[in-house]
Amino acid sequence: MTRKLGLLSLGLAAALIAGCAAPAAPAAPAAPAAPAEQAPAAPAAPAGVSELTIWWAEWDPANYLQELANDYAKEKGIKVNVVQEPWGTYYNKVTAEWAAKGTGYDMVVGDSQWLGQAATQGHYLDLTDFMKEKGLDKTVTPATLLYYGTYDGKYWAFPTEGDALGWAYRKDLFEDPAEKEAFKAKYGYDLDVPKDLLQLRDIAEFFTRPDKNLYGIAIYTQKDYDAITMGAQNFIFNFGADWKNDKFEVEGVLNTEDAAKSLELYRELYTKFMPPGLSNAFFQEMNDAFISGQAVMITNYFAFFPALVNAQTNPNFYDKVGFFSTPAGPGGAQFASLGGQGISVNAYISPERQQAAKDFIEWFASKPAQEKWAALGGYTCNIEVLNSDTFKKATPYNPAFAETMNFVKDFWNIPEFGDLLVVSQRELSKYIVEGKGTAKEALDNIAREHTEILKKAGYLK
Amino acid sequence: MQLTQARIARPQRRRSLTDVQIQVLFIAPTIILLVLWNIFPLFYSLYLSFTEFSVIKPDVPPAWIGLQNYNKLLNDPRIWQYFALTGRYVVTSVALQAIVGFGLAMFLRERFKGNGLITTLILIPIMMSPVVIGLFWKLIYNPAFGIFNYLIGYSVPNSGPDWLGEASRALWAVIIVDVWMWSPFVMLLCLSGLKAIPDYLYEAAAIDRASPWFQFWRITLPQVAPLLLIAILFRTIEAFKTFDLVMGLTGGGPGDATELIAVHLYRAAFTRFTTGESSALAYIILVIVIAVSNLYVRSLNRIRGE
Repeated sequence: MTRKLGLLSLGLAAALIAGCAAPAAPAAPAAPAAPAEQAPAAPAAPAGVSELTIWWAEWDPANYLQELANDYAKEKGIKVNVVQEPWGTYYNKVTAEWAAKGTGYDMVVGDSQWLGQAATQGHYLDLTDFMKEKGLDKTVTPATLLYYGTYDGKYWAFPTEGDALGWAYRKDLFEDPAEKEAFKAKYGYDLDVPKDLLQLRDIAEFFTRPDKNLYGIAIYTQKDYDAITMGAQNFIFNFGADWKNDKFEVEGVLNTEDAAKSLELYRELYTKFMPPGLSNAFFQEMNDAFISGQAVMITNYFAFFPALVNAQTNPNFYDKVGFFSTPAGPGGAQFASLGGQGISVNAYISPERQQAAKDFIEWFASKPAQEKWAALGGYTCNIEVLNSDTFKKATPYNPAFAETMNFVKDFWNIPEFGDLLVVSQRELSKYIVEGKGTAKEALDNIAREHTEILKKAGYLK
Repeated sequence: MQLTQARIARPQRRRSLTDVQIQVLFIAPTIILLVLWNIFPLFYSLYLSFTEFSVIKPDVPPAWIGLQNYNKLLNDPRIWQYFALTGRYVVTSVALQAIVGFGLAMFLRERFKGNGLITTLILIPIMMSPVVIGLFWKLIYNPAFGIFNYLIGYSVPNSGPDWLGEASRALWAVIIVDVWMWSPFVMLLCLSGLKAIPDYLYEAAAIDRASPWFQFWRITLPQVAPLLLIAILFRTIEAFKTFDLVMGLTGGGPGDATELIAVHLYRAAFTRFTTGESSALAYIILVIVIAVSNLYVRSLNRIRGE
């Protein structure tokens, strides 16, 4: 019996370090915009390349990309296969391929946080010269190029699927004359889309009526992966603080008085104006709070807003929903946590295949292709398409999305981002949700541990 | 003559595969799979636990650092905090499961109408996915519309506690779900033990005018004890590696309130990708699980020896 139990326990150990999944991210938008002109003729096909493979996560944008890529096959004769992998195992699949220096894919649409790891370890092809020569770097908004494509001053990906945190609100309540009057009487200014985070707080407070099961706001609190960090960093950035400065210094950059105020505000929103029971809330809980009529304003990634304007998924409020970008901080700083991905080329495939992959990216970056990309439902990062009236009028959330794409900002994207993320998730959850310690203590703890990690990794002495 | 020889030769060819060889043929696939999927990873992870290695840095081979990973982990107060939390969770949860499970088994031992149906209904939780259970218990615990607060006396929405959002209650919330889910397992084993007790023991006790309490202590409990201990053993091992339920309910939060050691191990292995360090942590957990299991096995052997 003892021996059997020993074996059982040994098996358990193997299971303990076996794989577990990360959270998934679902459906995407349905943004239109008709192609204005014919896509440019694709360059001549490199010899011997008749098929290209793109890896992406399993969600609607990947289907849109496949549809778009079918046009490329018609024009160029090169078939492009978009291979989809569930979100939960996507990163593991890609890193396993990296570890094997595999050629299973020609291009991969990867998360912005992967850039540092992929670039420093040689998994992605350096696209700097290519993108500059072809002028692709000028076609997308600078912020998306910086965060979806750039690492250490070089380009490693072309911004493909833009995404960021935005806000949805109940237009019917905001436009109600009685509410407007009451709001002005209480706060001294007109009830409208908040211009800054302090107004956001006022509006959240105004609409919080627990006796009617109505609450002003719903914000990310989940600790599992990165949700609470993504939600809170909007406030940290917009109050003038940052995770680091150009020298990778954290102390005195992150743990400032202003940053502490931003976290105090975030906690106040959570404790006072948010529907109860959302202590571990991410995108699904945000949409649920809105659709159920509990929350007047919610934050979420733009990719999840289509469900709010859909009569089937949001039967009570689909025609009463408005959207706005993350408001600026009290000092005027305005940033929004970014999601989304860029497309990169596998460094381990043959030069011919690399050239074929670059040709595809060049075609994909063209305005007609980007227009069709947006029309299919992809979130384009193309400046001209984003600024076009067609795009802005296509859905209620597109104007806010187009605006947000100019000031997206990311968490760390160096190879050690996982280490850094665990610390911020823990400390932010501890202060904001658990209510343990002060905002300054939470920031001090993060700054101290981040500094240790950066020192160990050689970024700081 | 030639035909006769051929007839004799055929069975000889068949016999060339001996019984032992046939056994080996049948067992080999299992052994090969076991070695590939269990034994090799087990020893390879043991090796990795003495190295500095990250699986996402394939160009950097594992660097031998001796006992540094173990030293670092064992001197990290946060790890001990997570172990203590896990210990509290395991002891409370398994104890409650044993009490509830045994109580249910005692109840279902009696023959009454609908006994089979009730037994089946009680067993439903163990057939469900922990992730699904986590998701719907999140709704049950919701202070605005969840039924849990209503059942314990908070009839007005939002007047009751936020079980998953308050650090002092979050661990209890997970324990309650674990007890709800796994008490039927304990019940099932105890029920089989109870049904195996021969009636003549109770008849003899009744003739001796033994009280029901005496019968319980002297007949029922000793007879069921081996199976109860096995149930407790399995549940202890399982509770030690509780992961999916916590991720579904609280994600380890708020703060560190439900950061059980398996959840922390997951973060080390698959968020931070510190493969060497997480292998060391897995081995520390393994040693503790084996030590606890041994205590149970000794108790079991003692009971059987009586």
